[in-house]
Amino acid sequence: MVQSLNQLKESPSQTAGPYVHIGLTPNALGNHGIYPRDLGKSPIRAGAKGEKITITGHVRDGAGMILRDALVESWQADAAGIHPAPNDPRGGADPNVTGWARFIADFDSGDWQFDTVKPGRVPAPDGRLMAPHISIWVVARGINIGLQSRIYFEDEEKANAECPVLQRVEHRERVKTLLAKKTGPGSYRFDIVLQGEDETVFFDI
Amino acid sequence: MAESAPARGPLVGRDRFWQPPAYTPGYKTSMTRAPSRPLVALGSTLSEETGPVFGRDMLGEKDNNLIENFTGQQAVGERIVVHGRLIDQSGRPVPDALIEVWQANAGGRYRHKKDGYLAPLDPNFGGCGRTVTDAQGRYEFLTVRPGAYPWPNGVNDWRPMHIHFGLFGSGFGQRLITQMYFEGDPLIARCPIVKVIPSQEAIDSLIAPLDMDASMPMDALAYKFDIVLRGRRQTYFENRKEGL
Repeated sequence: MVQSLNQLKESPSQTAGPYVHIGLTPNALGNHGIYPRDLGKSPIRAGAKGEKITITGHVRDGAGMILRDALVESWQADAAGIHPAPNDPRGGADPNVTGWARFIADFDSGDWQFDTVKPGRVPAPDGRLMAPHISIWVVARGINIGLQSRIYFEDEEKANAECPVLQRVEHRERVKTLLAKKTGPGSYRFDIVLQGEDETVFFDI
Repeated sequence: MAESAPARGPLVGRDRFWQPPAYTPGYKTSMTRAPSRPLVALGSTLSEETGPVFGRDMLGEKDNNLIENFTGQQAVGERIVVHGRLIDQSGRPVPDALIEVWQANAGGRYRHKKDGYLAPLDPNFGGCGRTVTDAQGRYEFLTVRPGAYPWPNGVNDWRPMHIHFGLFGSGFGQRLITQMYFEGDPLIARCPIVKVIPSQEAIDSLIAPLDMDASMPMDALAYKFDIVLRGRRQTYFENRKEGL
C-alpha cells in the first residue's frame, strides 16, 4: 500500500436533457416570473471596445439533423485579449465586456446568434499568442458530457497560423471546422457539427 | 463578491475513463450526437482557467426556493431541502459559484412545451432555481421531490427521480452539468442515462443520501449532495514557462 493522494474524482457528467431551457433560459421558454431575465443574453454592454461582430450558427448531428434543443455558452477575452475575470492575472479588462454568453437554438429554425466584440489575442502558457477565439461549451439531449470547442475567425490568417492551439490539431484539414466564415461586414457563420463529415474539432482541455 | 482569492492555475485534466463516454448506444440519442473523432487534448490556457463570476446581488430572495418561486403559492409535493458543498478535486471549497437547478414537478411533469406526459402541471411549480455558494462552497435549495417519469428510449424506460444541476467553477473549463439522484430509488439502476457512467463508484457519487440531521422537523426532509469540480494543479514550480 502507498499513501492516498487525497484527490477526489470530478462529479460525473450527465446530459442536460431536452428540458435544459427550464433551468437555464426559462424566459426564452415562456416560463416567466421566476427570474427577471435570462442570464448571458449578451457578453458585452454598450460602449464595449473593439470590432462589433455577429456570429450565427446551428448545431447539427451525425444524421444531418439540426438540433432544436442545443444550448451553447461562450467565454471570451475583451478586444485587448484580457478576460473580465478576477483570476486573469493581468487584470484591467474592459468594464463593458462581461465575456460570457448563453444562447439556445431557435425552437423553429435551430439557428442561434449572438453579438459580441472580436476578442484580442490571449497568451498561451508558454507566452506565445493564441489567435483570437471564443471558447464554447455545447450541451443538449444526447450529449453525455459538455463539448468544448473554440470559434476562431477565418479572416485572422496570420494569427491563426501562429496559434499554438490550432497547431495542435494533427489532421490539418480539420482546422477549418474551427474557423467562423465571414458572411458580410462584421458577420460570421459558425456551424457546430457533432459527428461525421465536417465534424467540428472538440477539445479535451 | 469573492471573499477569498479566486483560484488560479492550470486545470487538472478530465478523467475520461471516469466520465461517461460520448457514444453510449443504451442511450439512443447519444449515437448521432457523439463526436466520432478523437478529442484534441491539450493543457488548459487562460481561456479555460478564467470564467464568469456572478454576484450574489443578482439573486432574488426566493431564487433557491422552488416551492414558492413561481407564483408565491406553495407547490404540491414532498417538501425537501437539498444541500451540500461545491468543492474541487483537492477538496477545496469553490466559493461564489453559481449553481442552477431544474426538475420535474412532484408528478414527473416538466414545465416545458416539449413535455406532453399525462401527469398534470402544477400551477405553482416552475421547476427551476439558483443560488451562489458561500465562502465554504455551501449551497441549499428548498424544493419538492420530483416524480419519476417515462421517456421514449426503450419500450418502457423511466427516469429515476432527479434534479439537474448546472455548475460554474472559477474557470470556464470547469463547467459541468450533472444530475442528482435520491437514495433508495430502484429506478436508478435501470436508467439508461445513469448507465452511461462507466463505474458503480461514479454512479454512487451522484446519489444523494437522506440527511436526517439537516431535515426540518414537521417541515421538510433533507438530502445532501456534494459536487466535485475539476481541480487545479498547484506546485511551487508553477511559474515556470511550459509548453502547451
